[in-house]
Amino acid sequence: MVTVRPSPSPLLRNGSPPSPALRERMKKLIPLFTITLAIFVLWYVATIPMNSVLTSSKIASAGGGLWNTLAFSWSEQRPVLPAPHQVLREIWNTVFIVAPWSIKSLVFHLWITLSSTLVGFIMGGLLGIALAIGIVHAASLEKSLMPWIIASQTIPILAIAPMLIVVLGKTGLPEIITKASISAYLCFFPVAIGMVKGLRSPDVMQQDLMRTYNASAAQVLWKLRLPAALPFFFASLKVSVAIALTGAIVAELPTGAVAGIGARLLNGSYYGQTLQIWAALFVAAFAAATLVWLLSKLEQNSLKRMGAQL
Amino acid sequence: MKRAGLTFAISLLAAIIIAASFSRANPPTGRDWALSLAFVITSWVAAWSLSWIADLVLPKNLSRFIVPAIFGVGIIAAWQAYVITSNIPVVLLPSPSQIGAKFASSLPILGADFVQTIVHAVIPGWLMGCGAGFLTALICDRNDFLKRGLLPLGNLVAALPIVGVAPILVMWFGFDWPSKAAMVVVMTFFPMLINTLAGLNASGHMEKDLMKSYGTSWFTTLLKLRLPAAMPFIFNALKINSTLAMIGAIVAEFFGTPIVGMGFRMSTEVGRQGLDMVWAEITVAALAGSFFYGCLAFAERKVTFWHPSYRR
Repeated sequence: MVTVRPSPSPLLRNGSPPSPALRERMKKLIPLFTITLAIFVLWYVATIPMNSVLTSSKIASAGGGLWNTLAFSWSEQRPVLPAPHQVLREIWNTVFIVAPWSIKSLVFHLWITLSSTLVGFIMGGLLGIALAIGIVHAASLEKSLMPWIIASQTIPILAIAPMLIVVLGKTGLPEIITKASISAYLCFFPVAIGMVKGLRSPDVMQQDLMRTYNASAAQVLWKLRLPAALPFFFASLKVSVAIALTGAIVAELPTGAVAGIGARLLNGSYYGQTLQIWAALFVAAFAAATLVWLLSKLEQNSLKRMGAQL
Repeated sequence: MKRAGLTFAISLLAAIIIAASFSRANPPTGRDWALSLAFVITSWVAAWSLSWIADLVLPKNLSRFIVPAIFGVGIIAAWQAYVITSNIPVVLLPSPSQIGAKFASSLPILGADFVQTIVHAVIPGWLMGCGAGFLTALICDRNDFLKRGLLPLGNLVAALPIVGVAPILVMWFGFDWPSKAAMVVVMTFFPMLINTLAGLNASGHMEKDLMKSYGTSWFTTLLKLRLPAAMPFIFNALKINSTLAMIGAIVAEFFGTPIVGMGFRMSTEVGRQGLDMVWAEITVAALAGSFFYGCLAFAERKVTFWHPSYRR
C-alpha cells in the first residue's frame, strides 16, 4: 500500500504526524474497539445479577465480598449468562481439543450445517438467476410471477421449515437435499430481485448500441446485461448466504436432527447446557461472518478484473 | 395471442396426460415422483400461459390485479387436481379443499393461536424492536463516536443467524409470550437501526445547505428534511421486519411454549401427522403476513408519495 507522508513539520520532531490513511483507519477502529470493549465490560458485569439466582447462596456462605462474587458468578457450570471467557473456553474445548470427526466436536456439527447451507445456496442462487433472466425477457412472466415471488416471502418459511423437512424426508430424498431446499427457498428471493434490478441496469444508450450492432437477445444478455448485473449479484449473494445459514440451522430444529448447529442448540436448551448453546451460537456467527467476508473478497477481485474502480 | 393460446392448450393437454398416467400406488413409486415433477412443470406453464392470455385480453388497469390472481387460482387448481389424481397420501400433501375444510372447522383453535403468537408476541415485539432501533439511530446520528462504533457491529449482527438466540431468551424470559416478544425485539432491532441510519444520510447536500442557510436547528432539519427523506429506508426496514417478526415468534415457540401458539401447533401437528392443520396454520400465517405487508405498503404509498417509484 502506498501512503503519501506529509513532510514532518519542524515543530513535530519527535513523533511525526500519522499518515492520512492511518488516521482514517484509527478514526474507524477506535470507536469500534471502544464499543466492543464496553459491551464486554457490560457483559461481565451483567453476569453478576443474572446469575445471582444460582450464586447468591454460595457467595453468602463463602463470606461475601467482591472477590467471591466475581469468582462464583464467572465459574458457574450451567450459568444463566456465562462470562465471555467461559464461552471461549467451551469453544476451544469443542473445536480444538476434541477430534473433528467426533460427535462432541463443534467442527463436525458446523460441517453438517455448512454443507447443506452451501448446497442450498447454490440451488437457490441458480434458481434466482434463472427466474430473473426469465422475468427480464418475458413481460407476462413478470406480471404473473413477480407478485407471487413477493408473496412467497411474506410466508414465514423458516417457521414452516421443520414441517417441510418432515414431508420431504418421507419422499426418500437424502437429508442434505431436504435441508438445503429450505436454504434454497430463502436464497432465491434476494438473488432474483437483485438480478432483475441488475439485468435492467444497463441504460438506454448501451442498449441502443447493442441494437445498432444487431445483437441477438442472447448476446445482449451475455455481453451487456450479465456483466452489468454483477455488482447487484454479489450484493444479493451476501444477503442470501447469511439467510441460507439461518435456514439450515432452523431446518435442523424440531425434526430430531442429531447433528448440526441447530441440533446442538436444541440439545443445549433441553438439558440446560447454556455453555453449549453459546458456543454453538458463536461458532455459527463466526461461520456466517466468514462466508460474507469470502464473498466480499470474491466481489472485489472479480469487479477489479472487470475494470471497476473501487 | 396465438402463441399464448397454443402454449396453454399444449401444456394443459400434457398435464392431463401426465395426471392420467399416475400409478396410484401407495407408497408412490419412483416413476410417480418423476411424473409429479413433470406435472408441476406442465401445470405451472399452463397457469402461466393462462395469465398471459388474460394479460393480452384485459385492459391495463385491471390486469395488474387479475393476472397474478389468475395465476394463483391456476396453481391451486393444479394442486387440487394433483392430489386427487396422484392419490398422494394426506400425510405428505393435503389438498386445498381439505385444508379449507380444516380451516373452517377449527377456527377457535386457530384464533387462540393467532392471539398468542401474533397479538401477544409479534406486534408488541415488532413495535418495541422497531422503536428501539429508530431511537438508537437518532442517538447515533447525534453522536458520531457511537455511530462509528455501532454501525460496523450492526452490519455484522445483521448477517448472523440471530434465531439461534431463541433458546437463551426462552431460558431467560420463560415459556410464555414474553420470551417470544423478546425474540422479535432482538430480530427487528438491527435492520431498523441500519436502515434508519442509511436513510438519515440520504438527504442531499443542496437541501442540507438550504436548511443551514435558513438557520434551522438539528431538530427542525430532522423533522422537515431528513426524516421525510429517510422514509423509504424506514419503510423498507419495517417491511423486512414484518417477516422477521413472524419468523422470530414462531421459531422461538419451538424451544418451549405453553400449549397454544402457531409454532407450537405446527410442530405438534407435524408429529401427529395432521398436515391439514399445519397447512391451515400456514394459511393463517400467510394471510396475517400479507395483510401486515399490505398495510405497510399502503402507508408507504401515503407517506412517500413524492418518491420517484410512485410517479406515474
